[in-house]
Amino acid sequence: MSQNLATVAYLGATMLFILSLGGLSNPETSRRGNLYGMIGMTIAVLATVFGPRVMAGGSAWIIAAMAVGAGIGVYAARVVKMTQMPELVALMHSLVGLAAMLVGFANYIDPAAAAQLTGAEKTIHEAEVYIGILIGAITFSGSVIAFGKLSGKIGGNPLLLPARHWINLVGLLVVIWFGAEFLRAESVNEGMVALIVMTVIALLFGIHMVMAIGGADMPVVVSMLNSYSGWAAAATGFMLSNDLLIVTGALVGSSGAILSYIMCRAMNRHFISVIAGGFGTSGAPAPAAGGEPAGEVSPISAAESAELLREAKSVIIVPGYGMAVAQAQHTVYEITRLLRERGVNVRFGIHPVAGRMPGHMNVLLAEAKVPYDIVLEMDELNDDFPATDVAMVIGANDIVNPAAQDDPASPIAGMPVLEVWKAKTSIVMKRSMASGYAGVDNPLFYKENNRMLFGDAKKMLDEVLAALKG
Amino acid sequence: MSLVIGIPKETAAGEKRVATVPEVVEKLIALGFRVAVESGAGAAANFSDAVYADAGAEIIAAAPALWAASDIVFKVRAPSVQEIALMRAGCVVVSFIWPAQNPELLRQLAEKQATVLAMDSVPRISRAQKLDALSSMANIAGYRAVIEAAHHFGRFFTGQITAAGKVPPAKVFIVGAGVAGLAAIGTAAGLGAIVRANDTRPEVADQVKSMGAEFIGVDYQEEGAGTGGYARVMSEGFLKAQAEVYAKQAKEVDIIITTALIPGKPAPRLISAQMVQSMKPGSVIVDMAAEQGGNCELTVPNEVSVQHGVTIIGYTDLPSRLAKQSSTLYATNLLRLTEELCKSKDGTVDVNMDDEVIRGTTVVKEGNISWPPPAPKLAAAPSAPPKPAAAPAKPTSAHGGAAAPAAPAWIAGLFVVAAVAFWSIGAYAPAAFLGHFTVFVLACFVGYMVVWNVTPALHTPLMSVTNAISSIIAIGALVQIAPPVEAGVARPEEWIRWLAVAAIALTTINMFGGFAVTQRMLAMFRK
Repeated sequence: MSQNLATVAYLGATMLFILSLGGLSNPETSRRGNLYGMIGMTIAVLATVFGPRVMAGGSAWIIAAMAVGAGIGVYAARVVKMTQMPELVALMHSLVGLAAMLVGFANYIDPAAAAQLTGAEKTIHEAEVYIGILIGAITFSGSVIAFGKLSGKIGGNPLLLPARHWINLVGLLVVIWFGAEFLRAESVNEGMVALIVMTVIALLFGIHMVMAIGGADMPVVVSMLNSYSGWAAAATGFMLSNDLLIVTGALVGSSGAILSYIMCRAMNRHFISVIAGGFGTSGAPAPAAGGEPAGEVSPISAAESAELLREAKSVIIVPGYGMAVAQAQHTVYEITRLLRERGVNVRFGIHPVAGRMPGHMNVLLAEAKVPYDIVLEMDELNDDFPATDVAMVIGANDIVNPAAQDDPASPIAGMPVLEVWKAKTSIVMKRSMASGYAGVDNPLFYKENNRMLFGDAKKMLDEVLAALKG
Repeated sequence: MSLVIGIPKETAAGEKRVATVPEVVEKLIALGFRVAVESGAGAAANFSDAVYADAGAEIIAAAPALWAASDIVFKVRAPSVQEIALMRAGCVVVSFIWPAQNPELLRQLAEKQATVLAMDSVPRISRAQKLDALSSMANIAGYRAVIEAAHHFGRFFTGQITAAGKVPPAKVFIVGAGVAGLAAIGTAAGLGAIVRANDTRPEVADQVKSMGAEFIGVDYQEEGAGTGGYARVMSEGFLKAQAEVYAKQAKEVDIIITTALIPGKPAPRLISAQMVQSMKPGSVIVDMAAEQGGNCELTVPNEVSVQHGVTIIGYTDLPSRLAKQSSTLYATNLLRLTEELCKSKDGTVDVNMDDEVIRGTTVVKEGNISWPPPAPKLAAAPSAPPKPAAAPAKPTSAHGGAAAPAAPAWIAGLFVVAAVAFWSIGAYAPAAFLGHFTVFVLACFVGYMVVWNVTPALHTPLMSVTNAISSIIAIGALVQIAPPVEAGVARPEEWIRWLAVAAIALTTINMFGGFAVTQRMLAMFRK
């Protein structure tokens, strides 16, 4: 295959990737979108393997490596539970980061890669190598930590070192200084020292950055790391002068950045303040003593909840991370089906940052066969709560906190929330009175029309279901 | 300094309740107070001196000594003239006071420089529910009213079909669906009666139904809810329509329980002598408003009278008739109040007049009458609250609407930075780089345009597909494995190959895993 043919193949792959992302904007076209992505990837890989840049001698290695990778990848995709999706995605980001690092190092030690380059071109090439490895390393270590946090292997609380912003700044300065050293380096061995020092700092920076971010901000972090993995690919593309990599990396990078932005907007917070970390612990003044919600919560039993649901004409279910933890989505669907058969108008209200990953709740409900046309966004049904008989909150807290609207001193003030308290009755299913990830007390629990159903969401919902059937 | 809370024996005739129970004594002591109980104070409610002593209370034999020893006095009924004479100057008194009906009592307490918290004046807001003694007493009264009615009613409540014949269920009509009314509904329904209820506030219809009764509405357009969730005086037209409804019910039902009260007003006369006459012989009326003049024209307060063959119960001490239960609940209400007063848990009280609940409850503060309190900030009525914060606070700028959140100065700065960056790239970068750079910038914009409209439901599949696509980095590794090398270039083959092989394996995991898992997720989305 000639160079021109390979270039045309790359162009085709690029277009397919764009169509793939475009297709995912709508459930109707999403499956086709995914197919486009697969075809594009296949074309890109085949065009490379049979292209002018790969000699026949490499085929065995390539086939072996790809067979191993494909086996592991397909296996992981088969066995992963839908509730573990955030972890899986984070882990996959780390693979891209690591691969970008490896490619960067391999490129640097390859004298053939930059043999013809001189002067500014050589400097730019080396800068690209340096930046590519930098982004790759941050993506890698950050994603590993995000994986740890999401899977519960590392505590969800933000780790806040003293003077952490200064540490980051010093790290950045050191990276820049070694970057200059690296560009001045005469030999590969000399440059390698600077490269390795930078890599270590970048790894530590990635760890530090994600450790400082609280569990509730994880959707932003996951999509941000997604964005980074794209930038890492784009940087690699610059390094290798490969337009396909640049375009694809830029697509992924900008789409991840936009997702992060959408998430931040949903929490009414600035991207910078999320990344700077430490939600609810830094700078937020303690609420005035008189402002604390106090009062009695009214507990309710599963049987009484079932009674309320049976009497209702219109029900809105608001799921949160607690539903994912308890694996309660199938029971939720059973209850939904039963109520819908009885003519109850059941809908789901999804807050943009519910769960630990963008769209987490939608995936879980889809897994449980809940039809997507009754799963609505916050803005679509927030006005409908006053006409709703029962709003059932399953394992969510901060996203239904009226303090976000009422209490300007609240750390989550201004965050758009689902107004469940406007329903005739709201039922909050929760394990205990503990506060949510934001660490903010929730005045909803003390409202007169609110009932608390304490216990494990799955177990309670099973009881509700049994009572509804009985 | 720990203050002494004194519990005198109630002096009102027939009052069996006591203001604290042994269980609560322990908790008061845990808050840092000392507790003194008059000997025999709990006897009528089945709490002996010995159990109080076991709980840590000091038993004082006579009332004068107790009053003299107490910094704070908890009572059920308002203090009598004799008791006020025994009181220490500056004492804190907590009890039912009914300040609207007892201005003279307030004056006498004020003369003693006392601080008085009236348990009947607790504001009706959510936060104060735990100290709402009126509700806890009303609940008990409602229950007891049904029990009293059952006692005087010659039949079963529940319908039965027995070998000895068919028994029809009793029909109970409950007037007023406040706390007492709802408790009565629950109790009567629990005994098996057919229960109907009426209230001037139409919004309680759902609560009535939830307790198992049928709501009998009055077909007349008027809103009956006053402030604080209480009823208010209704117009003449409404009253006429209401009387018709009640007259009809009186002919049908066996038992009427009336609970209608309007704060600070005599009880409304709802059941006329004529209606009583029209009831079946053997019927029972329990008038829970007897103390405020009665809802029934023929009620004799504190007595059971039989008129026109109908037993009319005018007991005013229904909670006291369940002394153990009502004492326990009342004591808990007082404990919650004490917790509010003693946030520091060191046995001192702070009557914080800035606290809405305490402000509303306090009727005399250190000798100054502070009743009535300012109107509560929040009405429990379902009036639409103002929505000041419904829209998230956005930083306002001169031209900035929601569509243009960034300030013009900021945008201008961004343009300058971008211009400088582009200029330096154009000035110094080689041509090959510029080509790539063009592609890069345009691709960023394409990504932005494509992704901006993605529905939130698909965020997760989008992320996993972009993740899969980002394994395009495999290309970078592929070209390193066996590139066409010009002769004579020394290349560390082994190192590069292993790095590249590892990178290929890693990205392939991602590639296959990402697409497969996306496929799996998307397959689940269905209409």
